[in-house]
Amino acid sequence: MDSKNLIAKRVALEFQDGMLVNLGIGLPTLIPQYLPPSVTVFFQSENGIIGLGPAPGPGLVDASLTDAGGGFVGAIPGAASIDSCFSFGLIRGGHLDITVLGGLEVDQEGHLANWMVPGKMIPGMGGAMDLVTGARKVIVAMNHTAKGKSKIMKKCSLPLTSVRRVDLVVTELAVMAPTDKGLVLKEIAPGVTLEEVIAATEATLVIPDSVPTMPITLDE
Amino acid sequence: MDKATSCAHAVEMIPDGASLMIGGFLGVGTPHRIIDELVRQERRNLTVIANDTARPGIGIGKLIAAKLIKKLIVTHIGTNPETQRQMIAGEVEVELCPQGTLAERIRSGGFGLGGVLTPTGVGTLVAESKRTIEVDGKLFLLETPLTADFALLAAHRSDYRGNLEYSLTARNFNMVMAPAAKKVIVEPEHIVPVGAIPPDSVATPFACVHYIVERCANGQ
Repeated sequence: MDSKNLIAKRVALEFQDGMLVNLGIGLPTLIPQYLPPSVTVFFQSENGIIGLGPAPGPGLVDASLTDAGGGFVGAIPGAASIDSCFSFGLIRGGHLDITVLGGLEVDQEGHLANWMVPGKMIPGMGGAMDLVTGARKVIVAMNHTAKGKSKIMKKCSLPLTSVRRVDLVVTELAVMAPTDKGLVLKEIAPGVTLEEVIAATEATLVIPDSVPTMPITLDE
Repeated sequence: MDKATSCAHAVEMIPDGASLMIGGFLGVGTPHRIIDELVRQERRNLTVIANDTARPGIGIGKLIAAKLIKKLIVTHIGTNPETQRQMIAGEVEVELCPQGTLAERIRSGGFGLGGVLTPTGVGTLVAESKRTIEVDGKLFLLETPLTADFALLAAHRSDYRGNLEYSLTARNFNMVMAPAAKKVIVEPEHIVPVGAIPPDSVATPFACVHYIVERCANGQ
Protein backbone atom coordinates (compact mmCIF):
# COMPACT_ATOMS: atom_id res chain seq x y z
CA MET A 1 0.00 0.00 0.00
CA ASP A 2 1.46 3.39 -0.98
CA SER A 3 1.50 6.36 1.37
CA LYS A 4 -1.50 8.09 -0.18
CA ASN A 5 -3.72 5.04 0.18
CA LEU A 6 -2.50 4.48 3.74
CA ILE A 7 -3.51 8.05 4.62
CA ALA A 8 -6.88 7.64 2.87
CA LYS A 9 -7.58 4.39 4.70
CA ARG A 10 -6.84 5.98 8.08
CA VAL A 11 -8.94 9.10 7.37
CA ALA A 12 -11.89 6.87 6.39
CA LEU A 13 -12.12 5.75 10.04
CA GLU A 14 -13.20 9.27 10.99
CA PHE A 15 -16.42 9.07 8.95
CA GLN A 16 -19.68 8.03 10.56
CA ASP A 17 -22.93 6.98 8.97
CA GLY A 18 -25.02 9.90 7.75
CA MET A 19 -22.29 12.53 7.82
CA LEU A 20 -22.00 15.31 5.24
CA VAL A 21 -18.40 15.44 4.04
CA ASN A 22 -16.43 17.52 1.54
CA LEU A 23 -13.31 16.00 0.01
CA GLY A 24 -10.60 18.11 -1.56
CA ILE A 25 -9.19 17.14 -4.94
CA GLY A 26 -6.26 14.69 -5.13
CA LEU A 27 -5.49 12.40 -2.19
CA PRO A 28 -8.83 12.88 -0.35
CA THR A 29 -10.73 11.42 -3.32
CA LEU A 30 -9.12 8.04 -2.50
CA ILE A 31 -11.01 7.87 0.82
CA PRO A 32 -14.50 6.63 -0.22
CA GLN A 33 -13.19 3.24 -1.36
CA TYR A 34 -12.10 2.53 2.24
CA LEU A 35 -15.49 3.17 3.83
CA PRO A 36 -17.15 0.02 5.22
CA PRO A 37 -20.49 -0.86 3.56
CA SER A 38 -22.30 -0.02 6.81
CA VAL A 39 -21.29 3.64 6.52
CA THR A 40 -23.17 5.83 4.05
CA VAL A 41 -21.70 9.29 3.82
CA PHE A 42 -23.15 12.13 1.78
CA PHE A 43 -20.36 13.80 -0.10
CA GLN A 44 -20.71 17.45 -0.93
CA SER A 45 -18.97 18.89 -3.92
CA GLU A 46 -18.76 22.65 -3.61
CA ASN A 47 -19.64 23.22 -7.25
CA GLY A 48 -23.17 22.35 -6.29
CA ILE A 49 -24.21 18.87 -5.22
CA ILE A 50 -24.65 16.91 -2.02
CA GLY A 51 -24.86 13.17 -2.49
CA LEU A 52 -22.06 12.67 -4.96
CA GLY A 53 -21.79 9.12 -6.30
CA PRO A 54 -19.24 7.10 -8.27
CA ALA A 55 -18.59 7.98 -11.89
CA PRO A 56 -21.14 6.37 -14.22
CA GLY A 57 -20.09 3.84 -16.81
CA PRO A 58 -19.16 4.67 -20.41
CA GLY A 59 -22.03 6.25 -22.31
CA LEU A 60 -23.94 7.20 -19.16
CA VAL A 61 -22.10 10.40 -18.33
CA ASP A 62 -24.18 13.52 -17.71
CA ALA A 63 -22.11 16.52 -18.82
CA SER A 64 -23.90 18.64 -16.21
CA LEU A 65 -22.83 16.48 -13.27
CA THR A 66 -19.22 16.94 -12.25
CA ASP A 67 -17.17 17.19 -9.07
CA ALA A 68 -15.11 20.18 -7.99
CA GLY A 69 -12.18 18.86 -10.01
CA GLY A 70 -14.29 18.89 -13.18
CA GLY A 71 -14.51 15.09 -13.39
CA PHE A 72 -17.73 13.34 -14.32
CA VAL A 73 -19.50 11.80 -11.34
CA GLY A 74 -22.82 10.26 -10.39
CA ALA A 75 -25.35 11.08 -7.70
CA ILE A 76 -26.83 8.69 -5.14
CA PRO A 77 -30.57 8.51 -4.33
CA GLY A 78 -31.37 11.43 -2.04
CA ALA A 79 -28.87 13.75 -3.69
CA ALA A 80 -29.66 17.44 -4.08
CA SER A 81 -28.28 20.02 -6.49
CA ILE A 82 -27.64 23.49 -5.10
CA ASP A 83 -26.20 26.77 -6.30
CA SER A 84 -22.86 28.24 -5.21
CA CYS A 85 -24.41 30.47 -2.51
CA PHE A 86 -26.19 27.56 -0.86
CA SER A 87 -23.16 25.35 -1.25
CA PHE A 88 -20.97 27.78 0.66
CA GLY A 89 -23.77 28.57 3.09
CA LEU A 90 -23.61 24.90 4.06
CA ILE A 91 -19.85 25.16 4.43
CA ARG A 92 -19.59 28.46 6.33
CA GLY A 93 -22.76 27.87 8.32
CA GLY A 94 -21.41 24.81 10.11
CA HIS A 95 -23.63 22.28 8.30
CA LEU A 96 -20.70 20.26 6.98
CA ASP A 97 -19.52 17.55 9.38
CA ILE A 98 -16.04 17.03 7.95
CA THR A 99 -13.78 18.50 5.31
CA VAL A 100 -10.62 16.68 4.24
CA LEU A 101 -8.00 18.76 2.44
CA GLY A 102 -4.45 18.39 1.28
CA GLY A 103 -1.79 20.75 2.61
CA LEU A 104 1.52 22.36 1.80
CA GLU A 105 2.34 23.05 5.47
CA VAL A 106 0.72 22.60 8.88
CA ASP A 107 2.20 24.08 12.03
CA GLN A 108 2.12 23.10 15.68
CA GLU A 109 -0.57 25.71 16.34
CA GLY A 110 -2.77 23.84 13.89
CA HIS A 111 -2.63 26.41 11.10
CA LEU A 112 -2.86 25.13 7.53
CA ALA A 113 -1.26 26.68 4.43
CA ASN A 114 -2.42 25.18 1.15
CA TRP A 115 -3.26 27.81 -1.45
CA MET A 116 -0.13 29.59 -2.65
CA VAL A 117 3.65 29.67 -2.79
CA PRO A 118 4.48 33.37 -3.30
CA GLY A 119 6.31 34.03 -6.55
CA LYS A 120 6.15 30.39 -7.64
CA MET A 121 2.71 28.85 -7.68
CA ILE A 122 -0.50 30.76 -7.10
CA PRO A 123 -3.43 28.49 -7.92
CA GLY A 124 -5.77 30.41 -5.64
CA MET A 125 -7.81 29.35 -2.66
CA GLY A 126 -10.94 28.16 -4.45
CA GLY A 127 -13.18 26.88 -1.68
CA ALA A 128 -10.40 26.00 0.77
CA MET A 129 -10.61 29.14 2.95
CA ASP A 130 -14.35 28.73 3.45
CA LEU A 131 -14.00 24.99 4.12
CA VAL A 132 -11.28 25.36 6.74
CA THR A 133 -13.08 28.28 8.37
CA GLY A 134 -16.54 26.75 8.46
CA ALA A 135 -16.55 22.95 8.57
CA ARG A 136 -17.23 21.36 11.96
CA LYS A 137 -14.14 19.18 11.69
CA VAL A 138 -11.12 19.90 9.48
CA ILE A 139 -8.81 17.00 8.62
CA VAL A 140 -5.57 17.61 6.77
CA ALA A 141 -4.46 14.58 4.74
CA MET A 142 -0.96 14.90 3.32
CA ASN A 143 2.51 13.43 3.14
CA HIS A 144 4.64 14.12 6.20
CA THR A 145 7.56 15.47 4.19
CA ALA A 146 8.24 16.94 0.76
CA LYS A 147 11.65 16.59 -0.88
CA GLY A 148 13.07 15.51 2.48
CA LYS A 149 11.73 18.58 4.27
CA SER A 150 9.13 18.33 7.02
CA LYS A 151 5.68 19.71 6.19
CA ILE A 152 4.80 19.67 9.91
CA MET A 153 6.39 22.95 10.96
CA LYS A 154 6.87 25.02 14.09
CA LYS A 155 5.28 27.89 12.19
CA CYS A 156 3.94 27.95 8.64
CA SER A 157 6.19 29.86 6.25
CA LEU A 158 3.50 30.13 3.55
CA PRO A 159 0.34 32.30 3.62
CA LEU A 160 -2.32 30.70 5.82
CA THR A 161 -5.59 29.32 4.53
CA SER A 162 -7.36 30.22 7.77
CA VAL A 163 -6.49 31.22 11.33
CA ARG A 164 -8.86 28.48 12.52
CA ARG A 165 -7.06 25.55 14.11
CA VAL A 166 -7.48 22.31 12.17
CA ASP A 167 -8.69 19.27 14.12
CA LEU A 168 -6.62 16.38 12.83
CA VAL A 169 -3.53 15.86 10.67
CA VAL A 170 -3.06 12.45 9.06
CA THR A 171 0.18 11.56 7.28
CA GLU A 172 1.81 8.30 6.17
CA LEU A 173 3.76 8.34 9.44
CA ALA A 174 1.38 9.58 12.10
CA VAL A 175 -1.93 11.03 13.26
CA MET A 176 -1.58 14.33 15.10
CA ALA A 177 -4.09 16.63 16.80
CA PRO A 178 -3.40 20.32 17.43
CA THR A 179 -4.63 21.23 20.93
CA ASP A 180 -4.27 24.02 23.50
CA LYS A 181 -1.29 22.08 24.88
CA GLY A 182 0.42 21.75 21.49
CA LEU A 183 0.54 19.26 18.64
CA VAL A 184 -0.29 15.90 20.22
CA LEU A 185 0.97 12.70 18.62
CA LYS A 186 -2.11 10.43 18.60
CA GLU A 187 -1.07 7.43 16.50
CA ILE A 188 1.92 6.07 14.60
CA ALA A 189 1.62 4.21 11.29
CA PRO A 190 2.23 0.44 11.26
CA GLY A 191 5.94 -0.38 10.99
CA VAL A 192 7.07 3.16 11.81
CA THR A 193 9.05 4.01 14.96
CA LEU A 194 8.58 6.99 17.25
CA GLU A 195 12.12 8.10 16.40
CA GLU A 196 11.29 8.13 12.69
CA VAL A 197 8.25 10.32 13.31
CA ILE A 198 10.24 12.77 15.44
CA ALA A 199 13.04 12.91 12.88
CA ALA A 200 10.57 13.75 10.10
CA THR A 201 8.79 16.44 12.12
CA GLU A 202 10.03 20.02 12.49
CA ALA A 203 7.26 20.90 14.94
CA THR A 204 7.59 20.12 18.64
CA LEU A 205 5.35 17.14 19.30
CA VAL A 206 3.54 16.50 22.56
CA ILE A 207 4.17 12.77 23.02
CA PRO A 208 1.99 10.82 25.47
CA ASP A 209 3.49 7.93 27.45
CA SER A 210 1.87 5.44 25.15
CA VAL A 211 1.16 6.11 21.46
CA PRO A 212 -1.00 3.49 19.72
CA THR A 213 -0.48 2.20 16.20
CA MET A 214 -2.99 3.33 13.55
CA PRO A 215 -5.85 0.76 13.66
CA ILE A 216 -5.49 -0.20 9.98
CA THR A 217 -3.97 -3.05 8.03
CA LEU A 218 -1.70 -2.42 5.09
CA ASP A 219 -3.47 -4.71 2.65
CA GLU A 220 -5.24 -2.99 -0.25
CA MET B 1 -41.10 41.94 -25.30
CA ASP B 2 -39.00 39.75 -27.55
CA LYS B 3 -35.90 38.65 -25.69
CA ALA B 4 -34.76 36.05 -28.21
CA THR B 5 -31.71 37.07 -30.22
CA SER B 6 -28.82 35.60 -32.16
CA CYS B 7 -25.53 34.95 -30.45
CA ALA B 8 -23.79 37.40 -32.81
CA HIS B 9 -26.23 40.19 -32.02
CA ALA B 10 -26.02 39.56 -28.28
CA VAL B 11 -22.25 39.93 -28.36
CA GLU B 12 -22.44 43.05 -30.58
CA MET B 13 -24.06 44.77 -27.57
CA ILE B 14 -20.97 44.15 -25.44
CA PRO B 15 -18.38 46.92 -25.86
CA ASP B 16 -14.63 46.69 -25.37
CA GLY B 17 -13.78 47.27 -21.71
CA ALA B 18 -17.06 45.81 -20.43
CA SER B 19 -17.30 43.99 -17.11
CA LEU B 20 -18.74 40.50 -17.44
CA MET B 21 -19.96 37.96 -14.93
CA ILE B 22 -19.68 34.54 -16.56
CA GLY B 23 -21.37 31.47 -15.09
CA GLY B 24 -19.70 28.09 -14.83
CA PHE B 25 -17.35 25.92 -12.83
CA LEU B 26 -14.42 24.58 -14.85
CA GLY B 27 -16.50 25.11 -17.97
CA VAL B 28 -19.59 23.28 -16.69
CA GLY B 29 -22.56 25.65 -16.82
CA THR B 30 -20.59 28.12 -18.94
CA PRO B 31 -22.19 29.75 -22.03
CA HIS B 32 -19.77 28.30 -24.57
CA ARG B 33 -21.32 29.75 -27.73
CA ILE B 34 -21.30 33.27 -26.30
CA ILE B 35 -17.63 32.86 -25.39
CA ASP B 36 -16.78 31.62 -28.88
CA GLU B 37 -18.56 34.69 -30.28
CA LEU B 38 -16.66 37.05 -27.93
CA VAL B 39 -13.46 35.57 -29.33
CA ARG B 40 -14.71 35.84 -32.93
CA GLN B 41 -15.69 39.50 -32.44
CA GLU B 42 -12.50 40.17 -30.45
CA ARG B 43 -13.98 42.07 -27.53
CA ARG B 44 -10.97 43.41 -25.63
CA ASN B 45 -9.96 44.78 -22.20
CA LEU B 46 -12.68 42.79 -20.51
CA THR B 47 -13.09 42.49 -16.76
CA VAL B 48 -14.29 38.97 -16.00
CA ILE B 49 -15.89 37.91 -12.73
CA ALA B 50 -16.16 34.12 -12.57
CA ASN B 51 -15.25 31.13 -10.45
CA ASP B 52 -12.23 30.11 -12.51
CA THR B 53 -10.62 30.25 -15.96
CA ALA B 54 -11.30 26.57 -16.72
CA ARG B 55 -8.58 24.84 -18.70
CA PRO B 56 -6.70 25.95 -21.83
CA GLY B 57 -9.06 25.81 -24.80
CA ILE B 58 -12.20 25.42 -22.68
CA GLY B 59 -14.74 28.08 -21.68
CA ILE B 60 -13.13 31.19 -20.20
CA GLY B 61 -9.80 29.59 -21.06
CA LYS B 62 -10.51 30.68 -24.65
CA LEU B 63 -10.75 34.35 -23.57
CA ILE B 64 -7.44 33.93 -21.74
CA ALA B 65 -5.75 32.35 -24.75
CA ALA B 66 -7.01 35.17 -27.01
CA LYS B 67 -5.74 37.76 -24.46
CA LEU B 68 -9.06 39.54 -24.31
CA ILE B 69 -9.09 39.94 -20.51
CA LYS B 70 -7.62 42.89 -18.63
CA LYS B 71 -8.76 41.94 -15.14
CA LEU B 72 -10.02 38.78 -13.47
CA ILE B 73 -11.90 38.41 -10.20
CA VAL B 74 -11.83 34.64 -9.61
CA THR B 75 -11.33 32.02 -6.91
CA HIS B 76 -8.96 29.61 -8.59
CA ILE B 77 -6.64 29.63 -11.61
CA GLY B 78 -4.70 26.44 -10.85
CA THR B 79 -6.27 24.52 -13.73
CA ASN B 80 -5.10 26.99 -16.36
CA PRO B 81 -1.31 27.43 -16.56
CA GLU B 82 -1.70 30.18 -19.19
CA THR B 83 -3.67 32.33 -16.71
CA GLN B 84 -0.88 31.92 -14.16
CA ARG B 85 1.70 32.78 -16.80
CA GLN B 86 -0.15 35.95 -17.86
CA MET B 87 -0.61 36.96 -14.22
CA ILE B 88 3.09 36.54 -13.37
CA ALA B 89 4.05 38.38 -16.59
CA GLY B 90 1.77 41.26 -15.62
CA GLU B 91 -0.44 40.84 -18.69
CA VAL B 92 -3.60 40.26 -16.71
CA GLU B 93 -4.57 41.58 -13.28
CA VAL B 94 -5.91 38.83 -11.02
CA GLU B 95 -7.90 39.40 -7.83
CA LEU B 96 -8.26 36.09 -5.97
CA CYS B 97 -11.32 35.78 -3.80
CA PRO B 98 -12.49 32.84 -1.65
CA GLN B 99 -15.26 30.98 -3.46
CA GLY B 100 -17.96 31.46 -0.86
CA THR B 101 -17.02 35.11 -0.58
CA LEU B 102 -17.23 35.59 -4.35
CA ALA B 103 -20.73 34.11 -4.35
CA GLU B 104 -21.83 36.39 -1.49
CA ARG B 105 -20.24 39.52 -3.00
CA ILE B 106 -22.20 38.84 -6.18
CA ARG B 107 -25.36 38.13 -4.20
CA SER B 108 -25.06 41.37 -2.27
CA GLY B 109 -24.46 43.26 -5.51
CA GLY B 110 -27.58 41.81 -7.07
CA PHE B 111 -29.81 42.04 -4.03
CA GLY B 112 -29.17 45.60 -2.97
CA LEU B 113 -26.97 44.95 0.05
CA GLY B 114 -23.94 46.96 1.12
CA GLY B 115 -21.75 43.89 1.31
CA VAL B 116 -21.44 40.87 3.57
CA LEU B 117 -19.63 40.00 6.78
CA THR B 118 -17.83 36.67 6.49
CA PRO B 119 -15.44 34.87 8.84
CA THR B 120 -13.61 33.47 5.79
CA GLY B 121 -10.22 35.10 5.31
CA VAL B 122 -9.96 36.82 8.71
CA GLY B 123 -6.28 37.10 9.65
CA THR B 124 -5.04 35.96 6.21
CA LEU B 125 -3.71 37.76 3.10
CA VAL B 126 -7.32 38.12 1.96
CA ALA B 127 -7.99 40.49 4.87
CA GLU B 128 -5.42 43.05 3.71
CA SER B 129 -6.94 46.48 3.13
CA LYS B 130 -10.36 45.26 4.26
CA ARG B 131 -12.25 46.18 7.41
CA THR B 132 -12.42 43.54 10.14
CA ILE B 133 -15.59 43.96 12.18
CA GLU B 134 -16.47 42.34 15.50
CA VAL B 135 -20.04 41.12 15.94
CA ASP B 136 -21.00 39.45 19.23
CA GLY B 137 -17.37 38.65 19.95
CA LYS B 138 -16.63 37.06 16.55
CA LEU B 139 -14.47 38.59 13.84
CA PHE B 140 -15.71 39.06 10.27
CA LEU B 141 -14.37 40.66 7.11
CA LEU B 142 -16.45 43.25 5.34
CA GLU B 143 -16.61 42.09 1.72
CA THR B 144 -18.04 44.60 -0.72
CA PRO B 145 -20.69 43.99 -3.43
CA LEU B 146 -19.87 43.07 -7.01
CA THR B 147 -21.94 44.05 -10.04
CA ALA B 148 -21.21 43.94 -13.76
CA ASP B 149 -22.31 45.44 -17.07
CA PHE B 150 -23.33 42.03 -18.38
CA ALA B 151 -23.93 38.55 -17.01
CA LEU B 152 -23.37 35.73 -19.49
CA LEU B 153 -25.21 32.68 -18.25
CA ALA B 154 -25.91 29.10 -19.25
CA ALA B 155 -29.17 27.35 -18.39
CA HIS B 156 -30.77 24.01 -19.12
CA ARG B 157 -34.08 25.49 -20.27
CA SER B 158 -35.44 28.97 -20.74
CA ASP B 159 -38.94 29.95 -21.74
CA TYR B 160 -39.44 32.89 -24.11
CA ARG B 161 -39.87 35.27 -21.18
CA GLY B 162 -36.54 34.19 -19.71
CA ASN B 163 -37.57 31.98 -16.81
CA LEU B 164 -34.59 29.70 -16.26
CA GLU B 165 -34.19 26.14 -15.13
CA TYR B 166 -30.75 24.67 -14.47
CA SER B 167 -29.35 21.18 -14.52
CA LEU B 168 -27.39 19.61 -11.63
CA THR B 169 -23.93 21.13 -11.10
CA ALA B 170 -24.29 23.37 -14.16
CA ARG B 171 -26.30 25.71 -11.92
CA ASN B 172 -23.32 26.89 -9.81
CA PHE B 173 -22.78 30.68 -10.14
CA ASN B 174 -25.41 31.25 -12.86
CA MET B 175 -28.24 31.64 -10.39
CA VAL B 176 -26.60 34.26 -8.20
CA MET B 177 -25.14 36.22 -11.13
CA ALA B 178 -28.49 36.84 -12.83
CA PRO B 179 -29.61 39.67 -10.52
CA ALA B 180 -26.15 41.25 -10.33
CA ALA B 181 -25.65 42.58 -13.87
CA LYS B 182 -27.27 45.44 -15.79
CA LYS B 183 -27.93 43.24 -18.82
CA VAL B 184 -28.26 39.48 -18.63
CA ILE B 185 -27.72 37.27 -21.65
CA VAL B 186 -28.59 33.60 -21.27
CA GLU B 187 -27.60 30.70 -23.49
CA PRO B 188 -30.07 27.90 -22.78
CA GLU B 189 -29.79 24.37 -24.12
CA HIS B 190 -33.49 24.49 -24.95
CA ILE B 191 -36.01 27.31 -25.39
CA VAL B 192 -39.55 26.29 -24.52
CA PRO B 193 -42.97 27.97 -24.61
CA VAL B 194 -43.94 30.23 -21.71
CA GLY B 195 -45.61 28.06 -19.08
CA ALA B 196 -43.66 24.93 -19.94
CA ILE B 197 -41.39 25.38 -16.91
CA PRO B 198 -43.55 25.02 -13.79
CA PRO B 199 -43.26 27.91 -11.29
CA ASP B 200 -41.63 25.67 -8.68
CA SER B 201 -38.91 24.72 -11.17
CA VAL B 202 -37.98 28.27 -12.14
CA ALA B 203 -34.67 28.95 -10.42
CA THR B 204 -34.09 32.36 -12.00
CA PRO B 205 -37.25 34.39 -12.73
CA PHE B 206 -37.61 36.25 -16.03
CA ALA B 207 -37.25 39.67 -14.32
CA CYS B 208 -33.47 39.15 -14.26
CA VAL B 209 -33.05 37.97 -17.86
CA HIS B 210 -32.88 40.38 -20.80
CA TYR B 211 -31.69 38.38 -23.81
CA ILE B 212 -32.08 34.73 -24.77
CA VAL B 213 -29.61 33.38 -27.29
CA GLU B 214 -31.29 31.24 -29.92
CA ARG B 215 -29.67 28.56 -31.99
CA CYS B 216 -29.43 29.78 -35.57
CA ALA B 217 -29.16 27.77 -38.74
CA ASN B 218 -25.55 28.84 -39.21
CA GLY B 219 -24.67 27.46 -35.80
CA GLN B 220 -24.14 30.83 -34.13
